[in-house]
Amino acid sequence: MILKNNFSKTIALIVGSLLLLLCMGISIVYGYANTSIQTTIESFTQFNHSNEHIIIQNVRIPRALIATCVGASLAITGVLMQTLTKNPLASPGILGINAGAGFAVVFAMIFFHVSSLQAFAWIAFLGAAIAALSVYAISSAGRDAVTPVKITLAGAAISALFASFTQGLLATNEAALEQVLFWLAGSVQGRKLEILVSVLPYLVIGWIGALLISSKMNILALGDDIARGLGLPLGFMKLMVGIIVILLAGGSVAIAGPIGFVGIVVPHFARKFVGTDHRWLIPMAALLGGILLLIADVAARYIIMPQEVPVGVMTAMIGTPFFIYLARKGGKK
Amino acid sequence: MTTTLETKSLTLNYGDSNIIENLNLSIPMNEITVLIGANGCGKSTLLRSIARLLKPKNGSVLLDGQDIFKLSTKQVAKKLSILPQSPVAPEGLTVLQLVKQGRYPHQSWRKQWTEKDEEIVLNALKATGVDHLQDKPVDELSGGQRQRAWIAMTLAQDTDIILLDEPTTYLDLTHQIEILDLLFELNQQQKRTIIMVLHDINLACRYADHIITVRDQGVFQQGRPEEIMTTTLVKHVFDLDCKMTNDPIFGTPLCIPFGKGRKIT
Amino acid sequence: MKQLKTVRLLQNKISFLLDVKASKKLTFISIITLAVFFFSASFGDSFINPFTVIQTLFGKGSEFDQLIIVDFRMPRIFLAAFAGMALAVAGAILQGIIKNPLASPDIIGISAGGGAAVVGFLAMFSDSNHSLTVSIEWLPLAGFIGATFVGLIVYVFAWKDGVTPTRLVLIGIGVSAFMQAITTMLMIIGPIYQASEANKWITGNVKSADWNQVQIVVPLILVLLLLTFFITRQLNVQELGDDTAASLGQSVQKSRLFLIILSSSLVASAIAFAGAIGFVGLMAPHIARRIVGPSFGVLIPTSAAIGAILVMVADIIGRTAFSPLEVPAGVFTAAIGAPYFIYLLFRNPRK
Repeated sequence: MILKNNFSKTIALIVGSLLLLLCMGISIVYGYANTSIQTTIESFTQFNHSNEHIIIQNVRIPRALIATCVGASLAITGVLMQTLTKNPLASPGILGINAGAGFAVVFAMIFFHVSSLQAFAWIAFLGAAIAALSVYAISSAGRDAVTPVKITLAGAAISALFASFTQGLLATNEAALEQVLFWLAGSVQGRKLEILVSVLPYLVIGWIGALLISSKMNILALGDDIARGLGLPLGFMKLMVGIIVILLAGGSVAIAGPIGFVGIVVPHFARKFVGTDHRWLIPMAALLGGILLLIADVAARYIIMPQEVPVGVMTAMIGTPFFIYLARKGGKK
Repeated sequence: MTTTLETKSLTLNYGDSNIIENLNLSIPMNEITVLIGANGCGKSTLLRSIARLLKPKNGSVLLDGQDIFKLSTKQVAKKLSILPQSPVAPEGLTVLQLVKQGRYPHQSWRKQWTEKDEEIVLNALKATGVDHLQDKPVDELSGGQRQRAWIAMTLAQDTDIILLDEPTTYLDLTHQIEILDLLFELNQQQKRTIIMVLHDINLACRYADHIITVRDQGVFQQGRPEEIMTTTLVKHVFDLDCKMTNDPIFGTPLCIPFGKGRKIT
Repeated sequence: MKQLKTVRLLQNKISFLLDVKASKKLTFISIITLAVFFFSASFGDSFINPFTVIQTLFGKGSEFDQLIIVDFRMPRIFLAAFAGMALAVAGAILQGIIKNPLASPDIIGISAGGGAAVVGFLAMFSDSNHSLTVSIEWLPLAGFIGATFVGLIVYVFAWKDGVTPTRLVLIGIGVSAFMQAITTMLMIIGPIYQASEANKWITGNVKSADWNQVQIVVPLILVLLLLTFFITRQLNVQELGDDTAASLGQSVQKSRLFLIILSSSLVASAIAFAGAIGFVGLMAPHIARRIVGPSFGVLIPTSAAIGAILVMVADIIGRTAFSPLEVPAGVFTAAIGAPYFIYLLFRNPRK
């Protein structure tokens, strides 16, 4: 790690927070509609119902807040999962959460004619939870432990299962495809503040939970046998982690649809800065996650302007080179 | 034709550090040679490079005077075989199916079971005492039986030289002796050259004709166990204080380490 | 060696050891495959008596039956069967290389690469009126190129002094996700019909098969399968682990590269015309392994037979179960495949 002592780590967290606020500001000010810092400030102090002010208040600010919360949550889940599965390439996406959520949404849309984003959110949450539990149950069944390859393959299988069901349903229903395609790509755009607000309690519980168990995570990282030997209630811990992952990742996918790679890549950067002590790692990852998603979202606005790239696609583009780099560096057998 | 196996200025590295440096070593033929040394000293690395599994940073391994990396893997496979640490057989593979594979370097796609193949495989199964287990899946065998099946496979390969990387490490004492006895017999009766890495110094002294101690990126001393195994050597190679005596049954050097424990006499 | 028989022909120019029990099972399964092949022609919008089917195939049926059976159904049955065989064998090869029976071509990114190429093709060659400027018959080629290309890319990225199974899987998953993201983006940016068309392909179906396609696909896959016949020994050795394989005289990396190219080509051939039918590459070799054991000499043909059966049956169900709606075969291979996969994980304590 670059920062060795507690003092520099604290500074890093402060700097990170400031950077986060800066990125939020950038996200609010810059976009398709021509707005400036001046306009932004005025939208708070002298709101006059102009187009620009409405956009800032109703579109940009929710978007920035969502990107921050989702980015942070995904990054935290990434840390937890990587420690839990001892797989440096683990992430909520690998657990089939995204695919499960997608399937649940499409299913509900076609068979129950659900169409509001609000409803999508809850259904996505449910789908995510089911998928995650299935993958977890599957890969821990059997005599030996949850090995990295095993959970990766189990997650890939569950993802593929739900994905192909989703594709199958959409193949027979073009109208549904049109409605849901953008959501399926993962995006922070177009979500109203209400969605964030309704899911926020779950996210907050997740954040607090993550911070509370951060010191125990350090013990968990040493391996099941050693952790048990040190008196850690292993089953309970893993359950807690599972619940927090579902709250955070499920909540994220509920709000923003499936967004990948944030959970995989951010923890590595965070680790580079503050090391593997989870009490520092988790907050750092949260900050970096928020920053990453905010930046990705701004980029998503500009790259093929006036059209927008869904932020989920953006993170995949940025994330894949890093992912490949990490997979190569592993060098394990 | 007498085969020769030696290294010339061999340097092996792992990342930036050299594990073995500039080593000139000659392996005696038709004998049992055992490599011993502390953890991480490079004995396995050395063995693997002799087996053509690891490319040297510098220098070469010479088989019959030729650099083994200039020979094709198939040519080398006809003279030299290695049994790696903890080999894993696919689920459900029977002993016979495994041992058959040993004939690979001698076969082609249309000649997969000549009379010679059949004879050699059957002899290999008999010599290792697993012929009554031929149709059993390898993963259902006991540790000792499984190891014997793998040794049968290398025997079927019919090479003059057999290398084994820690063949006894995960076996209990009974099976350790079982395997080492088998290898001893193979050397005595079939005159095959056997080179292996062992952890247990005393077993090494008992079975080896020639011991090579690996230390400090090279070979510290080598020779017949009774000639080179002294307390000084053990101290230098293993950083262990011991008393050397003679094995009461075989007479070969026996190392008793100092330290804690219940002193009865 | 009671169940094994030594076979030596042509004055010992050809010799091999035959596993009699396994061969019997293989023959039995092959017969079932042929049976399914012919009987599938009976199923569809209208049920046609099997005897009538056979009569028609020999040229003695009514013109109407001729049209349905020969022009509509047979091409798709051919395509289903051969795609199934190709996918199954590709899966068997990959499982041999990766040494994990949970591996499959879907994971290595090949299918995803094909999908991206297909959507890219649709996006590139559409004019402002949302109709294709180039014949849709070129679509399979795009899929083929995309799939093979991505297969090679994954290999290259996974190469670092050689390719290890773990790296191959991990990088395959990463590249797969990337390709899916590109696919999604292209689907979003383009008009909806494009997305729909691409999605159908991605799900995998043999609906629009015709004899032109069959004429290309069948010889192609037959050639590849023949090549596979020659490399079964290499596969058996690869499965023993890199060190042992090298000790036995195999050029492990060269062999692995060839095997990956072979299996990528098989997958690419299958999905070019039939779309990304999933899970066949996973299920068929696995079922085959439980029936005839791990030796690739019998495992490969058995996987092929089972793969053919799976896809043909999935297509039959797709044609008839929700009539008149046609559900793509890929949905059913997933419907059967995923629960089976889960069951595998549950009962497989070792991996």
